[in-house]
Amino acid sequence: MPEKKILTDKIEKIDPGRIGSYGVFKALKKAIGMSPEEVIAEVKASGLRGRGGAGFPCGAKWEMAQKAKGDKILICNADEGEVGTFKDRYLLTHNPYLLLEGMAIAAYAIEAKKAYIYLRAEYRYLLDGLLNAISQAEEKGYLKDLDITIQEGAGAYICGEESALMNSIEGKRGESRFKPPFPTQAGLFKQPTIINNVETLSNVPFIMNKGAKWYSKLGTEQSKGTKIFCVSGDVENPGVYELELGTSLKELMDLAGATDIKMVQVGGSVGSIIPSDNLHTPLAYETALGSGAVMVFNSTRDVVDFAYRTIAFLNEESCGKCTPCREGTEVMLEVLGRLVNGEGMEEDLDILENLGTVMKDAALCGLGQTVPVPIMDTLKYFRKEYENRISQSVLLRSLKAV
Amino acid sequence: MEKLLNMIKSEQTQNGYVSEDAMTHISRELKLPLGHVYGVTTFYSFLSTEPLGRHVIRICKSVPCFLQNGETVAAAIEKELGIAPGETTADGRFTFELTNCIGACDQAPAMLVDDEVHGNLTPGKIKKILQSYD
Repeated sequence: MPEKKILTDKIEKIDPGRIGSYGVFKALKKAIGMSPEEVIAEVKASGLRGRGGAGFPCGAKWEMAQKAKGDKILICNADEGEVGTFKDRYLLTHNPYLLLEGMAIAAYAIEAKKAYIYLRAEYRYLLDGLLNAISQAEEKGYLKDLDITIQEGAGAYICGEESALMNSIEGKRGESRFKPPFPTQAGLFKQPTIINNVETLSNVPFIMNKGAKWYSKLGTEQSKGTKIFCVSGDVENPGVYELELGTSLKELMDLAGATDIKMVQVGGSVGSIIPSDNLHTPLAYETALGSGAVMVFNSTRDVVDFAYRTIAFLNEESCGKCTPCREGTEVMLEVLGRLVNGEGMEEDLDILENLGTVMKDAALCGLGQTVPVPIMDTLKYFRKEYENRISQSVLLRSLKAV
Repeated sequence: MEKLLNMIKSEQTQNGYVSEDAMTHISRELKLPLGHVYGVTTFYSFLSTEPLGRHVIRICKSVPCFLQNGETVAAAIEKELGIAPGETTADGRFTFELTNCIGACDQAPAMLVDDEVHGNLTPGKIKKILQSYD
């Protein structure tokens, strides 16, 4: 299957500075001709799921917010901090109007008058383009019932997690909240809130224009539509590739020019590890997807080094609120630090596995719960490399003892 | 309360850091405990309680940049400026930091200098890039 371009079709021909090059907001017009309930029903029928990583059904989320009481709020999550992910940057750079049209439709559906775009600090260079796009859409009268504020982040990976993101907009430390209440009941400023990723909202205009029936024919049973993948690492052609969901990893690897593959991490820093024997794995929610980050490692790469680097990142970015994540990442880093420094101990792999189980069950949010994924996966597929580190450590110690 | 982060951010933008005086001032204005203001300031990596240089270099240390030899580029910056990560040059021109993924993995290794992205870096390109910042 070649690329299936929908969101990214002819995207680089659009002049992001001129709304005229995008055209009229046809999908919005169509949506406004329907009732909010009908719009939600259409999005539900399309099977669209969140593209930020968690994959929650989009229409169901909208429905919960629409039915809740209060001043509804829409948030677009543009805090694209997941390692190896740059699709939202690509969409915002080339076609901010697609997002704005999606936001206008979402706001109409849940009956929100207020919307935020939470833009990560690292993407500050996109701010002026976005502000310009918003003012052009306002001039055209597309946003007359909606006030959009851009809230800039200040450097924190965790703020991509929806409850931490809301705390950040409220001016607080970006720490995760306990759930329930869920954002659709009591979210930003305790009002019913939906938080959707840039790519998720950018799918909505196509669903409105072409219909849920057309959309739901794309993809697999549980994963409808296309997904923008971000390929990086040991490949000839890193970049974005839009594929129908369910396309095999092998096909993406061929497109990106990966010849020597040891393993691929799909979904970002906490994504699953796919060894080269399993490249036929379809890219979908039911198998491996996450944020769409696809990092390729060739045969010269060391698995324990990779694990150490990944946990160092997660340890730094843990918000520190819950003990399993705050302390768990600390201990994992200590153990992996021993292994990379040739100071490993016999019990180290048991420690990693026990910790992983506890964190998965007991951490407060998606960050802490998924930290063990790359460790457990590499232990499953490349256990020998960890064991070698331990036996080498034992040897080093005995040499020093003489 | 919801003004807090933006007030701290604008202090950072205007003065290059968030001083103790500035935090005290903000805490009085918003009637929030000073510890709360300090807690928010120190949570975010783009906010600093110490003065930063006129330009802040943030080179990515995450996995995709690491795979493309980002460490050799970081070493080249260290050599060029004579400072280690986390430090500021004596003339106050540059602060040099290692940062987590900046979403430029298609151009790895990459760095931000202030709000500008520089990608496909090699150690040889560093001198010229840094020269373009006064």
